[in-house]
Amino acid sequence: MSEGNGTQPILDLRDVHAGYGAIRALHGVTLSVPERTIVALLGANGAGKTTTLKAISGSVRAHGQITFGGRSLIGSDPADTARLGIAHVPEGRGTMGSLTVSENLRLGAYTRRDREIGKDMQQVYSYFPVLKDRQSRPAGLLSGGEQQMLAIGRALMSRPKLLLLDEPSLGLAPLIVKAIFELVRRISEDSGTAVLLVEQNAVAALNIAHEAYVLEVGRVTVHGSSEELKRSESVRRSYLGY
Amino acid sequence: MRSIPVRYRRAGFLFAVAVIGLGLPWVVTGFQSLQLSYVLIFAIAMLGLNILTGNSGQISLGHGAFVAVGAFVTAIGMQRYGMNMFLTFPIAALVCGMLGFFIGLPALRLEGIYLALATFALGVGAPDLLRKPAAITGGVRGIVVPPVISPFDWLQDEQYFYYVCLGVAVIVFLVAWNLLSGKIGRAWRSIRDSELAARSSGINLAGYKTLAFAVSAAFAGLAGSLLGLANGFVSADSYQVTLSISILVGSIIGGIGTIEGAVIGGLINEFLPTESHDFIYQFNPSLSTAAPGITQGLLLLIIIFFARDGIAGVIRVTYHRLRLRALGRKEAEADVMPKAV
Amino acid sequence: MSDFIAQVVAGLAAGGIYASLALALVIIYTAVGLVNFAQGEFAMFATFICYTLLTNFKLSYFIAFPIAVGIAFVAAFGIERAVIRPFYKSSQLTTVLVTLALLSITNSTAGFIWGYVPRAFPSPFPFKPVNVLGVSVSIQDTAVIGVTLVVLVLIWLLINRTRVGLAMRAAAAYPDTAELMGIKVGNMRGFGWGLAAAAGAVSGILVAPRIFLEPNMMQGIIVYAFAAAVLGGIDNPVGAVVGGLLLGVTLALVGAYIPSLADLRLEMTLGLIILLLVVRPSGLFGRPHVRRV
Repeated sequence: MSEGNGTQPILDLRDVHAGYGAIRALHGVTLSVPERTIVALLGANGAGKTTTLKAISGSVRAHGQITFGGRSLIGSDPADTARLGIAHVPEGRGTMGSLTVSENLRLGAYTRRDREIGKDMQQVYSYFPVLKDRQSRPAGLLSGGEQQMLAIGRALMSRPKLLLLDEPSLGLAPLIVKAIFELVRRISEDSGTAVLLVEQNAVAALNIAHEAYVLEVGRVTVHGSSEELKRSESVRRSYLGY
Repeated sequence: MRSIPVRYRRAGFLFAVAVIGLGLPWVVTGFQSLQLSYVLIFAIAMLGLNILTGNSGQISLGHGAFVAVGAFVTAIGMQRYGMNMFLTFPIAALVCGMLGFFIGLPALRLEGIYLALATFALGVGAPDLLRKPAAITGGVRGIVVPPVISPFDWLQDEQYFYYVCLGVAVIVFLVAWNLLSGKIGRAWRSIRDSELAARSSGINLAGYKTLAFAVSAAFAGLAGSLLGLANGFVSADSYQVTLSISILVGSIIGGIGTIEGAVIGGLINEFLPTESHDFIYQFNPSLSTAAPGITQGLLLLIIIFFARDGIAGVIRVTYHRLRLRALGRKEAEADVMPKAV
Repeated sequence: MSDFIAQVVAGLAAGGIYASLALALVIIYTAVGLVNFAQGEFAMFATFICYTLLTNFKLSYFIAFPIAVGIAFVAAFGIERAVIRPFYKSSQLTTVLVTLALLSITNSTAGFIWGYVPRAFPSPFPFKPVNVLGVSVSIQDTAVIGVTLVVLVLIWLLINRTRVGLAMRAAAAYPDTAELMGIKVGNMRGFGWGLAAAAGAVSGILVAPRIFLEPNMMQGIIVYAFAAAVLGGIDNPVGAVVGGLLLGVTLALVGAYIPSLADLRLEMTLGLIILLLVVRPSGLFGRPHVRRV
């Protein structure tokens, strides 16, 4: 797999500290996401992966440097970062259960005022045909896999420059995980969206990612291309399980 | 400066309070003695609410209903059956206590905002419900309560009544203090903080919650008895839901959950409306009618914003800060006065 | 029969007023999660503003009405920002107290500005009954029903068929996720307050001609609005409207045909509130109330 061809990373984190009140979760995280690239963020439970995404989208207050397209994100709140072109699919998918599938998708486009929203919705339905069948049903009635597709589709509706995915494989059967990850890769290539993918399922993540970071107790301990990580024995033992 | 042990400080405090409480009627006018009686009456009602809301965590916007019932018990007892005033007090407490228990039962199924709504409905409905059986309650005209006459030559009527109120208040405060500082109070507070945790430690939620309702209703009923005597007559329409609300608001401002808070709340409820009215009147007579409502509302917001424990809490914190400064850290922290809450 | 229809019409008119105020309560509850005990006072204040526009500025009723409603919207938005916003994470007791404080302040301010002497509120719709298809119907009542329906339909459309209404619903139920979509949840809550105040204002302005305009005027009505809201399901806007109309018609019919109970209608309504809350808090159409264990 080739590296992204942008010279300036679209997202750059330097020495980022963040936490929840008195509990510090990130102790100086440094990573970057090049344009048009899929970057995986791996690590054990509690390593700080979700906190990293929250720091980026502004759901959690952070110190340090977070630059997105040349602009600092420190101090922004989630609504601001959404407007800047960051789509964050949170842990647990965040589908709005009492609203219909199409309402969920339309909300994804909330930050847009142009006329192509309908077109994009059709595009999402072509990626995920099952959503089209269920478009008038409440999102809460969808299966886990369908909800994950809805969450990703909703994120796409904003035409984001950066997609943050938090544990999309959680609770899903392996076949569905594979299908969804393939779609993520395809979508990223088609639209040129950069992706920061947080995952515990390292194998699935490394199959579509160009590069990967490993987070341990709030710090980056390993960084390399996904090929390097797949070959590295220590990484394989600790995180890939073989 | 050495610090004085808690026992002596507290004894001194109570002694000072007793002196002031007993001595006040002699240094103020008859009318002011009556005002102080109202303070005590409100304090008794608010103490009931402090127990219910501040300690067991159940919101009530309808305690005026119990006040009304207590007032009617005394009025009917004295006017129609010629009872002695003092005899009506325990009857009122008992009747209201039972009423509170029975209302506390369905209240077990409600919480938070739903309980507030249901008790609000109670507070709105009470005057109407009490007015209807006119044969018993005197309907719109109400019942005249025989005036309180002092049996002693050297004691004016107002002073005598003040001491009656004081006596009832002291008894009520002692009962409350006993309940709050003991096992029952602890159970209430753990229910307030977390029903789930309380239940899992084996506390009988239903029992304690209904007890809180019964006790608070009994206190409100006693306050009602005294209120009827103070007003000279009892009519259903004078116990609107605004009374319930002002009791709740006053006890919050004073300090929810504590005995001192109830007393301060009583002072606020009695004096703030008239004082704020008179104060504003000097600058702008037409604004003065709005002054009581606006002042109460603003004060409530300020308390909620900045001083959750009410004015009593502010005083307590200030007292400790001053002690800290006067004695130096070590001495002051050696014996921290335990809060009633 | 014609008398029956007249009673039903009168009941619907009263019901429409309860429905509007109940809708205000439900909008706040769903958008913001609290019961606004001051809702009636807000409605009263807006009605006084309309009165001022009519008498001091001599505007036509059909201009003053929407202006007063608009002012109510804006003012409520401002109040939410200034007073309510800090309290979202607070306990239920705290939110109850904040709304009580608002009740007190609003009522007193109205008393200060306009005094407590009851005034007559001018209405362009005559009270005289008119003969329609053999039924004697009051124009006032019909107008009230008509205006109420129009307003309620508009509000329904706004909430359910517009982008901003969708955002408001999302922000109310899923605030964290909504933020990630770029929705400013705080503004949406303010919007909810504004909308509720507007609905309440409609209620107040429509009822004013038949009761006298004075600061305590809505206190009798808010009880019926609470009942309607609880009956319809405190989190269901359509339920609030249905509940209000149902309540209005039932009370009118009881008043006309069961004289022995006519005097107890307030007690019955209060009893209904308590009964519903204890036995079936979700009312007719609300989502089943899940008790926090």
